[in-house]
Amino acid sequence: MSGSRTETRLIETPEFRLAIIAVAIFALMAGLSPERFLSPQNLTSMAFQFPEFAILALAMTITMMTGGIDLSVVGVSNLSAVVAATILASLAGPEVAGAQAGLWLGFAVVASLAVGAAAGLFNGILVSRLGLPPILATLGSGLVYTGLAVAMTGGSAIMGFPEIVAVIGNSRIAFVPVPLVIFALLALGLHILLTRTGFGLRVTMYGANPMAALFAAVDIDRILLRVYVIAGMFSSVAGLIVMSRANSAKADYGSSYLLLAVLIAVLGGVNPYGGYGRVVGVVLAVLSMQFLSSGLNMLQVSNFARELIWGLLLLFVMVINVTNWAGLRLRRAPPRTGTQGEKA
Amino acid sequence: MDVSDPGAPGPLVDMTGVTKRYGGVTALEDVDFRVTPGEAVCLAGENGSGKSTLIKILSGVERPTEGEIRIGGQMMTGLDPRRAAAAGVMVIFQDFSLFPNLTVAENIALARDLTAHRRFFDRRAARATARAVLDRIGVDIPLNARLESLPVAHKQLVAICRALACDARLIIMDEPTTALTEREVRRLLGIIRLLKDDGVAVVFVSHKLAEVLEVSEKVVVLRNGRKVAEGPADRFDAASLTRHMTGRDVPEAAPGPYRGDGETLMAVDRLHKDGAFTDVSFALRRGEVLGITGLLGSGRTSLAKALFGLVRPDAGTITVDGRTVPLGDPIGAAEARIGYVPEDRLTEGLFLAQSILRNVAIGRLDVHERRGFVDRRGLENEAQDWLTKLKVKASSIAAPVQSLSGGNQQRVVLARWLARAPQVLILNGPSVGVDVGSKSEIHDIIRDLGTRGLGVIVISDDLPELIATCHRILVMKDGRMVDEIEAGTVTEDELSHRLAS
Repeated sequence: MSGSRTETRLIETPEFRLAIIAVAIFALMAGLSPERFLSPQNLTSMAFQFPEFAILALAMTITMMTGGIDLSVVGVSNLSAVVAATILASLAGPEVAGAQAGLWLGFAVVASLAVGAAAGLFNGILVSRLGLPPILATLGSGLVYTGLAVAMTGGSAIMGFPEIVAVIGNSRIAFVPVPLVIFALLALGLHILLTRTGFGLRVTMYGANPMAALFAAVDIDRILLRVYVIAGMFSSVAGLIVMSRANSAKADYGSSYLLLAVLIAVLGGVNPYGGYGRVVGVVLAVLSMQFLSSGLNMLQVSNFARELIWGLLLLFVMVINVTNWAGLRLRRAPPRTGTQGEKA
Repeated sequence: MDVSDPGAPGPLVDMTGVTKRYGGVTALEDVDFRVTPGEAVCLAGENGSGKSTLIKILSGVERPTEGEIRIGGQMMTGLDPRRAAAAGVMVIFQDFSLFPNLTVAENIALARDLTAHRRFFDRRAARATARAVLDRIGVDIPLNARLESLPVAHKQLVAICRALACDARLIIMDEPTTALTEREVRRLLGIIRLLKDDGVAVVFVSHKLAEVLEVSEKVVVLRNGRKVAEGPADRFDAASLTRHMTGRDVPEAAPGPYRGDGETLMAVDRLHKDGAFTDVSFALRRGEVLGITGLLGSGRTSLAKALFGLVRPDAGTITVDGRTVPLGDPIGAAEARIGYVPEDRLTEGLFLAQSILRNVAIGRLDVHERRGFVDRRGLENEAQDWLTKLKVKASSIAAPVQSLSGGNQQRVVLARWLARAPQVLILNGPSVGVDVGSKSEIHDIIRDLGTRGLGVIVISDDLPELIATCHRILVMKDGRMVDEIEAGTVTEDELSHRLAS
């Protein structure tokens, strides 16, 4: 089921271009300040930093594959982190240790994943059964989730977890940071889901032409529900990592991650109109963004300037891509379109 | 170039050597096309012959791959719809492209205001403009009527008036008579004569032109993207037009009498949807090919969609093999083993940028899934099998489906459904946009499905197609079944007569 891949040479794929970009940015930053950029401290700190927004980008990717978007990812991730944090701080408390702490952590993780799934299900119902445009549905629901988190916390951070919580965000398995391991597993899982399973193929086909999917008797509602549930659960995993790294949870953490997640998905070659996207591309885009971000940090570019750069980059990539997508969409238009009349 | 005597009027439109390719598909090849002022030209050709492409190029919607276009003697490079309109070339599409929520006067005057870059809309001036053009063609339609409240024939007149209000020098009419009754056609022809006397040129684009031959000077016939005949209209008649369009002397063989066991396969009972169709009942027998036809707006397309759950009827029942099919649920319909090949292949039938394999496989994923994972080998074998059976010509099943010709694309959609072994297959416009050769092969496939015991419903306005494939033809008018015709008892002319009466 490799689609048209056999027809295009590797060198022509968007993923190949991305690999070159990632290497180029890495080389540029390494060249500008080799002793700092290539230092072990910088490299490990990068590996700890990017998984949280990279996982949000994966959540964005699967919704974008259907031609939708999930603007509630940060809301979901904070809400599920707040739920986990409440369990860990209020029910368990900082004193518990040993096996008991492990059980509490497990419970908190399950609870936060359940919150992510429920939030995703709600998004999915809005988009599929009720037919709302995903961009508005998730913009609204994202505010609801953030609002719930504010209501639960009163707006302040929740702190005081058992020590074991740090395992998720700050420890390593054989030198590899745990967040990176989690990200790698999720990326691999999503890749397999999209390329090997019937569900993944249906997601791609639905994104390529929702109307034709309907006419081919594909169960569209079920697909959209599952897509948004997966996006919600990925978001809660990102929330857990943020919570562990910050050793706290708050309703408004990581607000800049939303734009970043959209940017990475688009930069990674995911077609915002649906129907095309590869996890490899998204991973390469994540690396590019992290190299760029660390580099800008070293060059002491302010955070505000960085957001401006992200925004410009997003628009730039879309403009580059739009030429291709527009071609696809034109051919997708019905043969007897009557737009002529308005212009005549 | 042209070296005719200087007294004769120069051509209004002069297209030379026009070629248009879409990827690997050549839609139009080296076509010359000329229209002089006040002339009426029939541009004839079957679906997929390239006539729509030619019109799109002339009106600036599409750019030619090769060739030159002159309008009023002026070379038009990079022609776009705005410039074509400014040069007086107006197209009236089959759906008229009017604004249903605006009044007659607004519809007529708005386009001119827009092309003239007026910033404000003057209601009084609009009424005056509308009144003037309506008078010019001698028609009386209430200026304040909302467009959607008008009958089809009046909408068409409004579209003509809009073109005239924009100082049209050439009006191109796409299938102008398909939705009209015979009386309305006569009135239209009268108006066309008036326009010609005024020096306005008209191009009729159609696959049934017998009706407009009498007001035309010239006929141009396209087949498979090439110009195959051109000459004065009085040298053509319906038979010779058909011959040029199809490239065949004899019409296709009819399917022969129904030979099934007569057992009812699908029963539709008093199916009703407000504003679309009323109390429709019919039965489809095993092994029968049943045609459903009617003019544009007769409800045939809504009915077709309702049979596959894409439109939810308000009342009525559908049963297949005695079991009730859920209404308004395509998945339920597919589970009842009903298949549906849509009319608009490009938007409803195909996933254009996806591979041929995937376009077939999407219908069979549930069978070739093992714990969620796709059995690629199984899917590929099955898809390849069906593509071979249906003689799809493709370089590889991994190639995008949009690289195929219209006929092969249609076979891909057919393969998707046939792989599911349906009991009932509904084909809506099975040969729209398909070249002549593929068309008769698709008809062969349809007849063959009947002999293999499927129930087939062909919904079409292509009368020769219905005659060539169906055992029985049902005629719809204003949402009702009004006529039932046994195959072999009618000619195309008689059928067309019963449709429009």
